[in-house]
Amino acid sequence: MAVKTQEKVLVTGNVAAAEGAVRAGCRFYFGYPITPQNDVPEYMSARMPEVGGTFVQAESELAAISLVHGAAAAGARAMTSSSGPGLSLKQEGISYLAGSELPALILNVQRGGPGLGDVRCAQGDYFQATRGGGHGDYRLIVLAPHTVQETCDLAHEAFDLAETWRCPVLILSDQQLGQMMEPVRLPTMKDVPRVQDHPWALTGAAGGRERRIVKSFYWRPGELEGFNQRLRAKYETMENELPRWEEDAADDAEIILVAYGTSARITRDATRAARDAGIKAGLVRPITLWPFPAEPLVAAAKRGARFLVVEMSWGQMIEDVKLALYGHPAPLDLYWRAGGGVPTVHEVAEQIQRIARE
Amino acid sequence: MTQAAMKLGRPKALLDNRTHYCPGCGHGVVHRILAEIIDEWDIRDSCIGMAPVGCAVLAYQYLDIDMCEAAHGRTPEVAAGVKRARPDKLVFSYQGDGDLAAIGTNEIVHVANRGEPISVIFINNAVYGMTGGQMAPTTVPGQKTTTSPKGRSITGEGYPLRVCELLATLEQPAYIERCVIGTPNKIRRTKNAIKKSFRVQRDLKAFSLVEVLSPCPTYWRVPPTKAAEYIETYMEEIFPPGIIKDTTK
Ligand SMILES: Cc1ncc(C[n+]2csc(CCOP(=O)(O)OP(=O)(O)O)c2C)c(N)n1
Ligand code: SF4
Repeated sequence: MAVKTQEKVLVTGNVAAAEGAVRAGCRFYFGYPITPQNDVPEYMSARMPEVGGTFVQAESELAAISLVHGAAAAGARAMTSSSGPGLSLKQEGISYLAGSELPALILNVQRGGPGLGDVRCAQGDYFQATRGGGHGDYRLIVLAPHTVQETCDLAHEAFDLAETWRCPVLILSDQQLGQMMEPVRLPTMKDVPRVQDHPWALTGAAGGRERRIVKSFYWRPGELEGFNQRLRAKYETMENELPRWEEDAADDAEIILVAYGTSARITRDATRAARDAGIKAGLVRPITLWPFPAEPLVAAAKRGARFLVVEMSWGQMIEDVKLALYGHPAPLDLYWRAGGGVPTVHEVAEQIQRIARE
Repeated sequence: MTQAAMKLGRPKALLDNRTHYCPGCGHGVVHRILAEIIDEWDIRDSCIGMAPVGCAVLAYQYLDIDMCEAAHGRTPEVAAGVKRARPDKLVFSYQGDGDLAAIGTNEIVHVANRGEPISVIFINNAVYGMTGGQMAPTTVPGQKTTTSPKGRSITGEGYPLRVCELLATLEQPAYIERCVIGTPNKIRRTKNAIKKSFRVQRDLKAFSLVEVLSPCPTYWRVPPTKAAEYIETYMEEIFPPGIIKDTTK
């Protein structure tokens, strides 16, 4: 495959995520077909054998995430990908992965919902991704790329994050980002063994060592509460250390736009157009959706900025903006399209002008 | 160690924890069989087990080997994930009949059909033990459970699912046998079947499954001493013990 030898290639966001994961040492991919992410399993079915890896087309997303569960428990860097209805099925396994503190990579190439919805671009899975779509108190590290290059780079980094924090990573992409092609400079191939002997991994209790149990079940009174407290403390540390974002002309901006993924690309163009028209607009683009980057928003609010959130959902990310601005009241607007509607640069620019006139 | 000596003491691989199983429960007997095999073959360092969601959810409290939990019914897929990652290990999936034959029917069929080289220990006690004795896909016609208070009727509730026979129609499984936790002879036969299943995995790298008709005196509402008779009277006709498929010969 061409991708293997060239360092700069023209690929879709989906293939970029797949190759980024491969170069991060991912040797186990388990998937199930669903549009708009089919080129991930298709690519992996050919790529995995080339790198001595394992590809399985499972019978369902429940099975695919369960295969990830097993491989991750055994110390592998394992990945799955899906969209919409498939992500709903994976929630069971994701909750178990989080409860067992296993590292894994899950890619969601968002499509429209609810239900079967359609296969066009949408961002309606924000709550599912950031609030925990499965049962129980848990978090995932949620990464939101906005270019094909960034999709590749974040997939390349994801397993390091997942293993450092013993927490699954979810990359929240979308249909446009997943299916568009852009040139990508491929990262280096990390030197990671096919399976790693983490101190918690199932390897067989050799040399008389103590047995290891990978589980999320705590049944003695108080035991689960203790585990939840430990998890919460871990998440608090992550909230301090992990938030990441990118700013575009936000320094002196009087109107701060907040958007991620494909919405961020459109919004960036709209803010630049507004600047050209003499309006001081800027963009804050969260790269981690969990933990959500409050810092740049609070800083802007303290400067007296007002905010416009742009998203392809009815207003999901705006709740995190509100939480970030808690205690720092600032005017806040939302522009959204959902169900396959993608905001145009012109529409967003008009919204900026409207706010500027108020 | 001879079999006689094994019978006297607790196998090393069976931890000295008091089990949470009811008196006369088959799970404990099958755990002991597994522990005996682990000792006899000296495979503690190369054996990895999957605990199900069901009464055996705490199997890892009793077996002194590396073990993993799985979501209800996904047990064989989690086992397949472990086996794919560590093909040199002996991996078994331990499941009840709700886990394997209801919520996990899809998973067991496809793991078997892909010929994943794991050993499946399938405990058929004809009820959902852990949740309080509800009807299982394997509940026998007329059997009263907490969700079939008048007895399972075939109309509407279906006939008991024969998992071994179902899986035997697939090409890939190498060995499928149905055994019983009953008389000492039947228990010995169960142990031999599990051993054979491990051999099939190790030597032939093939899928195998051992179904065990196993007592749940609590929810059959019979005294433990009558459990063996209950299996013979009510279960063995519907689930005939014996080798259902064997391509190893
Ligand atoms: C998704 C899900 N649904 C339901 C349950 C509740 N549940 C726990 S064990 C069980 C049935 C167990 O029965 P079986 O597999 O026959 O094992 P046994 O307890 O009889 O050994 C059920 C329904 C669950 N834990 N998860
Ligand atoms: S309820 Fe039945 S299966 Fe569960 S421990 Fe008791 S006897 Fe065993």
